[in-house]
This record gives sequence, structure tokens and C-alpha cells, in this order.
Amino acid sequence: MTGRGARISFAVASALVIAFLWIPLVVIALYAFNSSTIQGWPITSWTLHWFSVAWHDPDVSSAFRLSVKVALVATGIALVLGTMAAAAVARFQFFGREAVSFLLVLPLALPGILTGIALSSTFTFVGLTPSIWTIVIGHATFCVVLVYNNVVARLRRSSPSLVEASQDLGADGWQTFRFVLWPVLSTALVAGGLLAFALSFDEVIVTVFTAGAQETLPIWILDNIERGQQLPVVNVVAFFVIVVTVIPVALAQRVMRDTGLIRRGAAEVTAAVEAAEVPAV
Amino acid sequence: MAVDASAFGAGPPGRRARLRFSGFLWRRPWLRALGLLALPLAAFGIVYLGALAVLFVSSFWTVSSFTASVEHTWTLANYRQIFDTNQPYLDIAGRTVGIAAAVTVTDAVLAFPLAYFMARLAGKHTRAVLFVMVLLPLWSSYLVRIYAWQTILAHDGAINWGLNKLGLPDQNLAYTNTAIWIVFTYVWLPFMVLPVYAALERIPDSYLEASADLGARGWRTFRSVILPLALPGLVAGSIFTFALTLGDYITPLLVGGTGSQFIGNTVYNYMQEANAPFAAAFATIPMAIVGVYLLLARRLGAFEAL
Repeated sequence: MTGRGARISFAVASALVIAFLWIPLVVIALYAFNSSTIQGWPITSWTLHWFSVAWHDPDVSSAFRLSVKVALVATGIALVLGTMAAAAVARFQFFGREAVSFLLVLPLALPGILTGIALSSTFTFVGLTPSIWTIVIGHATFCVVLVYNNVVARLRRSSPSLVEASQDLGADGWQTFRFVLWPVLSTALVAGGLLAFALSFDEVIVTVFTAGAQETLPIWILDNIERGQQLPVVNVVAFFVIVVTVIPVALAQRVMRDTGLIRRGAAEVTAAVEAAEVPAV
Repeated sequence: MAVDASAFGAGPPGRRARLRFSGFLWRRPWLRALGLLALPLAAFGIVYLGALAVLFVSSFWTVSSFTASVEHTWTLANYRQIFDTNQPYLDIAGRTVGIAAAVTVTDAVLAFPLAYFMARLAGKHTRAVLFVMVLLPLWSSYLVRIYAWQTILAHDGAINWGLNKLGLPDQNLAYTNTAIWIVFTYVWLPFMVLPVYAALERIPDSYLEASADLGARGWRTFRSVILPLALPGLVAGSIFTFALTLGDYITPLLVGGTGSQFIGNTVYNYMQEANAPFAAAFATIPMAIVGVYLLLARRLGAFEAL
């Protein structure tokens, strides 16, 4: 399998697949600089004009503000709930421990539309009208597992006796947290938080059902694509969204470099594994 | 030096109380576990499981044709309608499953050489670069990547330009099932590459050497050693490509045509028309299919391999 010819053909095939993965991203980035209002290829003239149009568009900026707010709050909730659940699962033996991880990964493992219509039906059922909080609830449900996965992995690699040692030395709860737990967990929390932010910022499938008439940035994009309106501005916003979602992931990877790569794939692989454990239970 | 036992109780009363509280908790691990779990489990149990339960229950309700409000009477009417062959729903489900299967096979074919190259042929540095090049598209906005394909597949888009350059005629790819197949293949490809890579990386070199020592040539080694060992990875990847395609509605909405209704779209439309009970009933179909698929995948050992 590793003859010279085979090696070269694998390298060529890999290069082609990588090109397939990247060309659409490059194309959409280039369209952001297209001066024509017609979405034809090739692009013949270039401009930065649409960046300024997008910047001054009140709908875009209010959608952007809403997206950032939602992502920050959802990330905050995910950090608190994810860390608590991770600490319980990593440090204690109790009945139904496996079920906890299974429960947390469900929102990632099941089709997003299911989460979306389930929440939407429930909000109608209990009479909750769409607000920033209905969006946040939706996002938080699938962000928790990202923090949880990172923190659980970190706790499993660190020794529980660190906390005991700290208490033996007379530290109270806060001191133990500040000087022992925080240094161990901080990078895992930062990485999990960044991933949660990135996932929330560009989420659309669930948001459509929980947002009502409110527009997050991805919903603004979806609306305008569907109607074929303001496509030059959509291109700029699309370019911007790619940058905003990729930067946190790149940062998270740097932060987690010492502990291996984090992958959305890994989270979902875990999700599928645990989902499949159910019938056995 | 003798430790003064009272030193633990030293300091201001606040600190003393905190230490006593820590001690109290320390002696009761179940209380700590409960304290940590109560909030996340309550939030998840009520919000998420509660929502799923409401969804399932509502699939047995119906919408009054006069008042357009949901009537809380138990009926199987929604399910009967889905399985009625005079209705379009079985066709829609069939199309969804068919395209999901095609996407899965295509992704497996595309992912394998890349994963093999990354896992077994590339140097350490190249491998790291390739990893990032697979990961970043995975994380960059899913909606934007679909939109990018909409412009590329458009009649005056990059594909037709490329075909013309090669002296080939225009293709009407936009808004067809072919477009849906291409875009799904693209969007989920990284989900196939990663597990296949993980499976291939774990094959010990000695297996390949043993195979060669026993006289197997490249193709034979591939068929009898590498492929069986990579299979769990391929099956694991197929869970994503298959399940994610089944539940999606954005791709058919943006790049599909009139004959491209998916389960997801139908569910979405019924939600828009305020017929949540039927949407709920139809949404249980992909869930059931994914459930069966996971059971099969488990048999094929996809989960031991991860």
C-alpha cells in the first residue's frame, strides 16, 4: 500500500478533497469584494463598498447585537451547568451516572429540527412568547455538552487528591477553588466556552423555531437568501460570520494544545456512541 | 512540630464557618454530588426532556379545521395520514432516505483516501496542517457554506464557468436533487474524515508487515486487512452523514427545487402552518430510522472503535 505510485495517488486524492472543502469558502470570501450586484462568476470588478453598506445597515447591526448577546448568555449558562455536571460525573459514583452524559449529548445527537419543534411546541404549550430567553434556552441545551466534554476530560486527567491536599492544608472552599481547581480547569473552561460561543453564534436550525419574529445574524442571512434580497450585503455578512466562528475555534485549539485536539466531530462521535448505549440499558 | 488542632478553627468567624461547612460537605459525598447535579439535571430534565415529551404527546393530537387551534383529543390520524400511499409523505421519506444513503456512500469514498493519507502516509507536520484544514470548514458557519454552494451552482456560477473553460456545455445543477446531494456531501464530509482517520491511525504497522510477509500485495492487504479494520470508523462516520441529512431542512430549502421536498422541509412547513401535531408525527420518522440505524451500527462495532 505504500509503494511510490500509491503514495503519490493518495497525496493527489487528498489534495483534491481538501480543495473541495476549501474552494466554496474561498469563493464566498471573494464574493464579499464583488462590486457587481449580480452574483455571476468570474468576478470582474472589486470593491470594499459593501462592507460599509453592511456596517451602516441597522438590521444587520441589531441582528449582530442579538446574536452576540444570545451567544454570551448561552455560553455563560453552558459554563455553569456543564462544569457542575462534569464535576459530578468525573468525581462521584452514583446510580445513573452514564445516563447523565447520555442526556447531555442528546441535543447534539438528535436532528436539530427535532429540538427546534420540541421547544417551539413547548413554548406555545406553556404560553411563553418568543424573546431573547427562548433563543437562549435553545442554544444552551446544545452548548452545555461542549463545556461538559472539555471539563470531564480535564478532570479525569487530574488527581482528585489535589483537592483533599488543599483541604488538609486548611484551605476553605473558595481558596481550594481559586488556587487548586481554577488553574487545573481554566483552559478547559476557556476552550469549552469558545466552542459554545462559536456554535451558538452561527446556529440557525433550532433558532428558527425559538426566535419568533426576532432576527439573529444567521436568521437575517437565511431570510435574505431565501428572498434573494441584498445579496452583496449578505456576502459581506457571510464572510464576517465565517471569520467570527473560525477565530474562536482556532483560539480554542491553541488553548487546548497541551491536551490534544478538540473537535466538534469528537463531541458528536461521543454523542452517537452514547446514544447507541441506550438499548443496552 | 506539633500541629495545633485549634489552628483549623482559627481566624475570623466567617472563615471558621466556611471551613466547618467544607468539612460538613466533605463527610457527605452524596450531598456534594446532589448539589452539583441538581441544577443541570433539573434544567435539562424540565426543558429538554419535557419538550421532547410534549412533542411526542402532541403528535397524537390534531388541529381543528374550523378554528385552526390544537385539539387535545387522542388520535392516530396523523400517523395514518403519513402511511397513506395516496399521500406524498412516504415518497418524501423515501427521497430523504435515498439521498441520505447516497451522501453517505459518496462521503465514505471521498474521505477514505484523505484519512488514509493523513493517518499513515503524511509526516507529522503535514498531518497537523491537514487536520486544521479539515476542522476549520467543519466549524465555519454551516448556513454560509450552503449559501456558497448556491452561488457556485447557479446558472452563471463558478461550476458552469469552469465547464465552459473546459469546452463543456452548461449544466442546470441549481435547484435539483443533484445539487442537494453535492451540498450535503460537502457539508458533512469532515464528519466522515475524522472517525475514519481515527480508525486507520490505530492499525499497527506490524499488521501490514505481516500481511506483506504472507505474500499479500497492496490490493489484497487493503481488502483483507485495512478495510475490515477501517470499517468501524466508516460506520461511525456514516452515522453523522446519514442522521444529519435525515434531519436537515436548510439545504433542500436553499438548493433544492420543486421536487426536492425532504422530511425536514415538510416538518418545517407544517410548523409554519401552525399544524404542530402533524409536524411532530412526521418528525418521529427520522428519529425511528436513526434509532434502527444506530442499532445496526452497534452490531458492526462502530462504537468499540471510537
